[in-house]
Amino acid sequence: MSVLIYIENRDGKFKKLSYELVSYASQLAKQLNITAVALSIGNVDEAELKSLGNYGADKILDVQDDRLNVLVNKAYTSIIAQVAEKEGADIVIFAHNFSGKALAPRVAVRLKAGVASGVTALPGSLDPFTVQKGVFTGKAIANVVIKSPVKVLTLFQNSVEIIETENKASIEAFQPVLNDDDFKTKVLDVTKVTGKLLLTDAEIVVSGGRGMKDPGNWGPLEELAAVLGGAMACSRPVSDEGWRPHDEHVGQTGKIIAPNVYFALGISGAIQHLGGVSSSKHIIAINTDKDAPIFESADYGVVGDVQKVLPALIQAIKEAR
Amino acid sequence: MKILLCLSNVPDTTTKIRFTEDNTQFDTTGIQWIINPWDEFALTRALELKEKGTNIEKITVINVGGKATEPTIRKALAIGADDAVRVDAEPADAYFVAAQIADFAKTEDYDIILCGIDSSDYNGSLVGGMLAEFLDYPSVSSVSGLDIEGSEVKIKREIDGGQEHIHTELPFVAIVQKGISLEPRIPSMRGIMMARKKPLNVKTPVEAEALTEFVSYELPPAKSACKMIDAENLQELVGVLQNEVKIL
Repeated sequence: MSVLIYIENRDGKFKKLSYELVSYASQLAKQLNITAVALSIGNVDEAELKSLGNYGADKILDVQDDRLNVLVNKAYTSIIAQVAEKEGADIVIFAHNFSGKALAPRVAVRLKAGVASGVTALPGSLDPFTVQKGVFTGKAIANVVIKSPVKVLTLFQNSVEIIETENKASIEAFQPVLNDDDFKTKVLDVTKVTGKLLLTDAEIVVSGGRGMKDPGNWGPLEELAAVLGGAMACSRPVSDEGWRPHDEHVGQTGKIIAPNVYFALGISGAIQHLGGVSSSKHIIAINTDKDAPIFESADYGVVGDVQKVLPALIQAIKEAR
Repeated sequence: MKILLCLSNVPDTTTKIRFTEDNTQFDTTGIQWIINPWDEFALTRALELKEKGTNIEKITVINVGGKATEPTIRKALAIGADDAVRVDAEPADAYFVAAQIADFAKTEDYDIILCGIDSSDYNGSLVGGMLAEFLDYPSVSSVSGLDIEGSEVKIKREIDGGQEHIHTELPFVAIVQKGISLEPRIPSMRGIMMARKKPLNVKTPVEAEALTEFVSYELPPAKSACKMIDAENLQELVGVLQNEVKIL
């Protein structure tokens, strides 16, 4: 009887989202009076593994294998399913991100488990097991009942608080049974920017839209992001035009983010764009058009030209420090 | 090579969302239906590959849905898919849908199965991965690049802060995201005419369970009015960043 959490690492380190997952799982495990077990796959050192205990993991299972330093869907699925069986998992939890979306559905079929993906809160009811998730890209919220004995959840980022507890976690190595059939996909090479703040991790996001008019006009946005320690983003037309890279596109078909503060600069606020950012805690919009729909979704608005307002704002921020 | 493309029929992305029957049903009155945007990226890529002379024998589209989804399936045929299958059942949940598609895919030797990474209605991100597991195929998720050279498939996968190039054995399931293709296609008059003659086979569903149920819906709480700040008074905005957002 347990809640099992799959914890991914990035270059051997856990991310904030991992601790959100553990906090969520340990609260759920308490409600059900069962244990919270965290599973880490890939090379992670003992101190990092132990840190999961700070947020309520009772046991940490560690799978180290050089073939598993990149995501191999079938092999990972097999490991998670083996651990779920060994630990008698009633609930298996993933992050609602690249790896969670890749693994949760496969694991669910193997365990014949129903899945609620992009869950935003602890269950409203344990029997029937009912959770909330966003639908229609942020335009509505659904209450989903999972009917199967084993349940799989993927947790939406920044939707639960991280709660520290006394660390009582034990660490155990786990040896999965893997065969060649699990490794039919191979990663040939990896290109990765290191040291860059990832958009999905960022608490502060500075985003520009078509209203920026030209790819050469991004200087003040980059400066604001640098001054505040934030990440850069853009709307779809901007990435489609090639003004900014595709991985900065936020919105319905791009990345869905939920930072503490989202600066929407020269963004009119099309409904598809809002779908990707409406979960932000604070939205600050600057736009020349006082009737732009973005002001209906923003918390704070300035009517004005970004090229003029932003340098003045950056100056004022520097002076306030 | 044969490609199977999983297609979901979804409300137009600008739709105002409403619910009926005490917020237990999605209100479909007056809705315009479209090909799910991610499925459209995948379809566009399949057509690009076929047009540039890649060895693609056939592109089949499959949808699980009632007769009402046929106009959307016909649109995919009009854009350039070769034939289509509709599994005649309401898509009860992702597990049910994946089981239906798996049952069809088992009978045909498709080399590549393409699925969108998400659907803009229920935002599950589930069918592709579930399908791969039902079929015991390898799967690659977050695919932003797909090329075929001879019998070799080249895949680019998005990861946090970068990309990977991946080799896979066939058959496999590619779960695709934005970036995989250029602009979506608009059906031509000729395409629409031709689509009427292309096969759209209706398949009886197999026995499968739904393991989840969407029991009710809510609209997000109304947002309080935007506080407007004068462009000449940015000190006020700095105050907001200090006291409300608390980042300074």
